[in-house]
Amino acid sequence: MSAMTTRTPAPPRARHGRRSTTLIIGLVLVGVIVLLAGVSLLWLPYAPSDTAGGRLEGPSWAHWLGTDKLGRDLMTQVMIGARIALATGAGAVAVGAVIGVAIGLAAAFAAPWLDDTISAALDVVIAFPVLLLAMLIVAAQGASLGTAILAIGLAMSAIVARLTRILTKRVLGEQYVVAARTSGTSWPGVIRQHILPNIWPTLSVNLALQFGIAVLAEASLSYLGLGAPPPNASWGRLLQEAQATVTTAPVGAIAPGIAVVMLVLGVNFIADGLRERADPTRRRS
Amino acid sequence: MTALLDITGLTIARAGTTDVLVSGLDLSVDTGARLGLIGGSGSGKSLTALAALGLLPDQLAASGSIRLEGVEVVGATDRRLRPLRGTVAGLVFQEPLTALDPLMRVGRQVAEPIRRHRGLRGDALAQAVTGALEEVALTHTERIARSYPHELSGGQRQRIAIAIALAGRPRLLIADEPTTALDVTVQADVLALLDRLVRERGMALLFISHDLAVVSRMVDEVIVLSAGLAVERGPVSTVLTDPQHEDTRRLVASARAVDDALEDPR
Repeated sequence: MSAMTTRTPAPPRARHGRRSTTLIIGLVLVGVIVLLAGVSLLWLPYAPSDTAGGRLEGPSWAHWLGTDKLGRDLMTQVMIGARIALATGAGAVAVGAVIGVAIGLAAAFAAPWLDDTISAALDVVIAFPVLLLAMLIVAAQGASLGTAILAIGLAMSAIVARLTRILTKRVLGEQYVVAARTSGTSWPGVIRQHILPNIWPTLSVNLALQFGIAVLAEASLSYLGLGAPPPNASWGRLLQEAQATVTTAPVGAIAPGIAVVMLVLGVNFIADGLRERADPTRRRS
Repeated sequence: MTALLDITGLTIARAGTTDVLVSGLDLSVDTGARLGLIGGSGSGKSLTALAALGLLPDQLAASGSIRLEGVEVVGATDRRLRPLRGTVAGLVFQEPLTALDPLMRVGRQVAEPIRRHRGLRGDALAQAVTGALEEVALTHTERIARSYPHELSGGQRQRIAIAIALAGRPRLLIADEPTTALDVTVQADVLALLDRLVRERGMALLFISHDLAVVSRMVDEVIVLSAGLAVERGPVSTVLTDPQHEDTRRLVASARAVDDALEDPR
């Protein structure tokens, strides 16, 4: 009976410490941006349209990041930009995940000819860069933050769909799916209990990466004047506005740039950390 | 009286080809009966087990007739068959590590079919899970229920798989090489457990194995499959002492060799 109580040795948790560190760094970076956005909802150093400060001032106690060419406080603008960046990332990932997972599951379960058709269509969509596709949609719909989020989310959904399809097919080939069905589990039950949890570790990492891509895409759209229209201080727009004066007032370009990098780098680190958390064979027991 | 499982002229082929994997198999298991299906690898044993529940892979097609408690399985829809799976017949697989979801705690994996088949919730469900784990002779049931499959031993995992197969109180248990993936001492425990459960619950048993020594202690009658054909059938004692087909002789010889090596008085 000893065999019943002996446990198989836990698999090695390689690089556990390093991965935890990655997750912590990611959470700190994203945490700073979330904090900025959160505070901006309750309090801002100056009103967004307050032009009382001097033009293109450098950083000072009154204006931590200085002012822009209209005399507006840059810290205020960056804080509002954080709000927009996070909303874009979360909104686009939500749109992309819901639509992408639905299409991916449908393709994985579809008859071969339909699966092939969907896959071919996805490949065509994926062949367009996210930004280009989003630009097309925004051009057709008119520039607004909502349109930008929707456009980035739709472009993202093709990538999510393709990933979901291939991951689902892999899980469908697993014996535990057959085993679940031998005990009478329905297909919706199999999807909910086995497919979604088993594709989630990989999918969530991808979604976190997509969050970063969405933030970059929104910044790019705004930089091109296709994102949130003024007076919404998107980081991309701040960069664009600071471009002309980058030699005389570099902080105006550096501050939103660093903010974008912090957020994108942060979610990438979190993505890496998430991978371990979602996999119980590597989790600390 | 209709048999629990009645297979006549079952042929399994790769869809759209003439590549036949099981050919014209007849097989019948009555209530409380114990039948062994033996044969080497690739003889079509496992496919027969999956076909009985209407779960052949998409690229394989079954023809002939499989009646599960009177219901025709061949060509039936998933919706028609789902209520029969787990209640009329339960299936235990060879390799419990791959038959259990690696990301779900085993307690939940046992709870799920119990909830579905018996409609239990909350505390009653938790008690039923503990009961189910105790029934397959697992100790420390609380800790085991919280574990993931990779944290358990092979024997523990197979007991969990058996508990899941029994959750719907099936009248027929199909065991597909249930001890092949286990080491010898654990094998004996699991076989004794299966034997006891089948007896206590008055279940019928379709026991699939390549190992005649294992089959002979579990069942009364055997069918020997070779390359998808039933080449020999009869009471296990007859087949064991007087094998007719070349494949059967080989299986008997290898079983003898193992028995001699173990000096098993049996």
